[in-house]
Amino acid sequence: MDLTRRTLLKTQAAAAAAAAANVALPASAQNILTGEDLQLQWSKAPCRFCGTGCGVMVGVKDGRVVATHGDMQAEVNRGLNCVKGYFLSKIMYGSDRLTQPLMRMKNGQFAKDGEFQAVSWDRAFDEMAKQFKRVLKEKGPEAVGMFGSGQWTIWEGYAASKLLRAGFRTNNLDPNARHCMASAAVTFIRTFGMDEPMGCYDDFEHADAFVLWGSNMAEMHPILWTRVTDRRLSHPHVRIATLSTYEHRTTDLSDMALIFKPNSDLAIMNYIANYIIQNGAVNREFVEKHCNIRLANTDIGYGLRPENVLEQRAQHANDAQVSNPSSFEEYAKLVSQYTVEKASELSGVPAARLEALARLYADPKIKVMSLWTMGFNQHVRGVWANHMVYNLHLLTGKIAEPGNSPFSLTGQPSACGTAREVGTFSHRLPADMQVNNPEHRKHAEELWKLPHGLLPEKVGYHAVQQDRMLKDGKLNAYWIMCNNNLQTAPNTNNETYPGYRNPANFVVVSDAYPTVTAMAADVILPAAMWVEKEGAYGNAERRTHFWHQLVNAPGDARSDLWQLMEFSKRFTTDEVWPAQILESSPEYRGRSLFDVLFANGEVNRFPVSEIDPAYENRESKAFGFYVQKGLFEEYASFGRGHGHDLAPFESYHQARGLRWPVVDGKETLWRYREGFDPYVEKGSGLQFYGNPDKKANIMGAPYEPPAESPDAEYDLWLVTGRVLEHWHSGSMTLRVPELYKAFPGAVVFMHPDDAAKRHLRRGQEVRVVSRRGEIRSRIETRGRNRVPPGLIFVPFFDASQLINKVTLDATDPISKQTDFKKCAVKVVSAATADAGEQP
Amino acid sequence: MRHGAFLILASIVPCLTAGAILAQDAPRLRGPDPFTREIPPPPMQRQVTDDVRVRRNYPDQPPVIPHSIEGYAMDLNANKCMSCHARKFTEQSQAPMISVTHYQDRAGNTLGGLSPRRYVCVSCHVPQTTARPLVENVFTDMDAISEPERQPERRTR
Repeated sequence: MDLTRRTLLKTQAAAAAAAAANVALPASAQNILTGEDLQLQWSKAPCRFCGTGCGVMVGVKDGRVVATHGDMQAEVNRGLNCVKGYFLSKIMYGSDRLTQPLMRMKNGQFAKDGEFQAVSWDRAFDEMAKQFKRVLKEKGPEAVGMFGSGQWTIWEGYAASKLLRAGFRTNNLDPNARHCMASAAVTFIRTFGMDEPMGCYDDFEHADAFVLWGSNMAEMHPILWTRVTDRRLSHPHVRIATLSTYEHRTTDLSDMALIFKPNSDLAIMNYIANYIIQNGAVNREFVEKHCNIRLANTDIGYGLRPENVLEQRAQHANDAQVSNPSSFEEYAKLVSQYTVEKASELSGVPAARLEALARLYADPKIKVMSLWTMGFNQHVRGVWANHMVYNLHLLTGKIAEPGNSPFSLTGQPSACGTAREVGTFSHRLPADMQVNNPEHRKHAEELWKLPHGLLPEKVGYHAVQQDRMLKDGKLNAYWIMCNNNLQTAPNTNNETYPGYRNPANFVVVSDAYPTVTAMAADVILPAAMWVEKEGAYGNAERRTHFWHQLVNAPGDARSDLWQLMEFSKRFTTDEVWPAQILESSPEYRGRSLFDVLFANGEVNRFPVSEIDPAYENRESKAFGFYVQKGLFEEYASFGRGHGHDLAPFESYHQARGLRWPVVDGKETLWRYREGFDPYVEKGSGLQFYGNPDKKANIMGAPYEPPAESPDAEYDLWLVTGRVLEHWHSGSMTLRVPELYKAFPGAVVFMHPDDAAKRHLRRGQEVRVVSRRGEIRSRIETRGRNRVPPGLIFVPFFDASQLINKVTLDATDPISKQTDFKKCAVKVVSAATADAGEQP
Repeated sequence: MRHGAFLILASIVPCLTAGAILAQDAPRLRGPDPFTREIPPPPMQRQVTDDVRVRRNYPDQPPVIPHSIEGYAMDLNANKCMSCHARKFTEQSQAPMISVTHYQDRAGNTLGGLSPRRYVCVSCHVPQTTARPLVENVFTDMDAISEPERQPERRTR
């Protein structure tokens, strides 16, 4: 039946009249949609936010995303999303989306001190190419760098890695995942010889006890928390123990809350190890068969600038990563000093509670899942903390089987998939390979069909080092993609901002929105986001998940993948590769980087005809081949047959993600365990095959104090972090009105006694001051976080209260990950005249 | 003062679509200008407590909470939300009953009460404050695409 809009309006009026007169009219006259108007095109995608990797169904109408909901078929979340996930529909539609390249200009020319003006992509790329070439020529590859992202799609990270390492010949490539889970990634390699968890989310339904170390899952991983609470509330024997430096929504639902003094988690874990040994709970057979014992170098400094007195004073600041073979007796002796009294004294946790926690690990009948996130990883001893929790699971043999699972949660949607598996860290190549290993470089050169000796061996600048080198004028051409580092890096006033505005440097930022970082750049490139491009993410349980391009990006916005590949066309091998390499491999002479990196016979192997005709694919259309498939298949060749097997490309567009290694079409849920993992030799039961001797490392290390602790003047601990409603720096969630209105600005969570002592009331304006900088904010003494006296919590999503001006750029000296969880501050009323001088 | 800050921003970045920024609170999105400046925080926002239902953006959107939930217990012993929104209490409270989906377990079986996986209401349902959005969101309601002429006025707070 053909009903025009006008007649529909008329029939609706008639229906109203009829209803008033109590007369029934045919259904077509009702105020409901019928036929075509009802139809939405639904497709699957992973969520754009955290590392959980929830499945989302995305509804599209007339080229716009109009609805999203939790994917019932997604194993991770079975139909649920958190409030951010439910509002994914609106993240692309903030009206200040960047739609054209912007460049700082004066008198029609690029000028570092100019004002942003709209330019064409050609104009922007021309200037970028000019600047990158100038820096490469004047200073060489070490003065060029890129800061990438755990939010990059797998192929974006892979393309960036090729462009930086093989194109520009620098390893100055690091992802923002360095701030997020470098400690976890590094410790996986140090312990098991292979990155990423042995278990998976199915452990949630098998564990008897959950121990959370520095993780507020209720707010930061809400959907995984639904699986924990489901298990706890459905099975009365299950227990949740949460260790944290303050109380929050997770401790609300925990059986045991252990609120400890910052950094003393190290002492608690060593105490538990001691308890396990003293009470005969060591699984001797497991330890003898499957473990090596090592002792770490101690007194390793804090990853500060080398001239800092703390580094000068530290005995092993320069060989922090070194450990030595040891014996069980030596290890037992080390942890024996961590008695319950000592652990209680250092941590402030009552002894009885520590013992109750230790019993969860020691009791062989209790299956324990340990979970951790930023409290552990953003830690000046983050690597040790990760080691110590593995120690507990290895001592008791509670590992790599359903429910017994040390499990590192991740903060970004593809921290695992892109940052770690693809290898976008300054020290890594795909499939856990390392840039300073000549065999690994050779293998990469072969798979990339590049001349031998091309890839640089020197480990590049990590995140914090990039900021320092920008400031010091040693890193001069810099591209930031898919992150907001000027808001999220530590000590930004002193160590990050000066580098961006250093006249010697040229800084490019690609983003969807004008962020703090973009505003400090010289060129801003408008990026396509999420379902505006075909993508792939890898979540925390080794699950690789694809999505199709569902809508077009606005204006001239283009994906990071297109930007990287298109930019590579502006360089020839002669301009960027050493003459010596071109002499020995003359066939590479005079070719564009696009040719040798992307049109190399591998990446351009698949025609656009292989793209599902139901979906648009702008990058492939632009380059003339199925870009994503080509990049993925070349990348997958690194891991297939080596324990990192990825399934065929197409299968990921069907499945709601698959957990690698995928062997003979089957996912691997528990690695290293016979019966679950096809890489384990028959009859061996269990093999940590990432290490040559197939054993894991128990690593002994002591408690050491943090880099900075409160004193008489700076008398409070500062802890930074997130809130449920906002994701990281808020560049997407602050633009969704419902999420913004739910939590509109940062506040200082403070204990009421601390507030009273300072004559502060709730809502009062204060200055939060450290030795590095300050912000102005307001006091909150109620609400979701309840901090103990002596500690404040400030979230970092609010760009008008840049708490990272206050934080300290101390890192774990091994993983180079920043400790955002502890530094010393004071809080004073903004109205107080003698509040102190500007630092 | 706030208006002044907005003008400064607009003049420095003429090409960033300044018209799209609704408020005053642009530094919340883009940072202070210059970066090194410290700016006073806006006042803390009041909770919306009018109990008026807000239209959903699409059927699967969890409705926002139109009242304050300060001090509500949500722990191993009690879930305060359920004292009004559970099926058996909705007659007295006249509050909307939790969705039927909330009775289903992970496998899709219907349970006799709130599913344990849905226990933490505030993971999905959030209260609102009276803060004005920082920037317009141009998300389009599916009905507006189907029937552009027949859109009811949207309530603005």
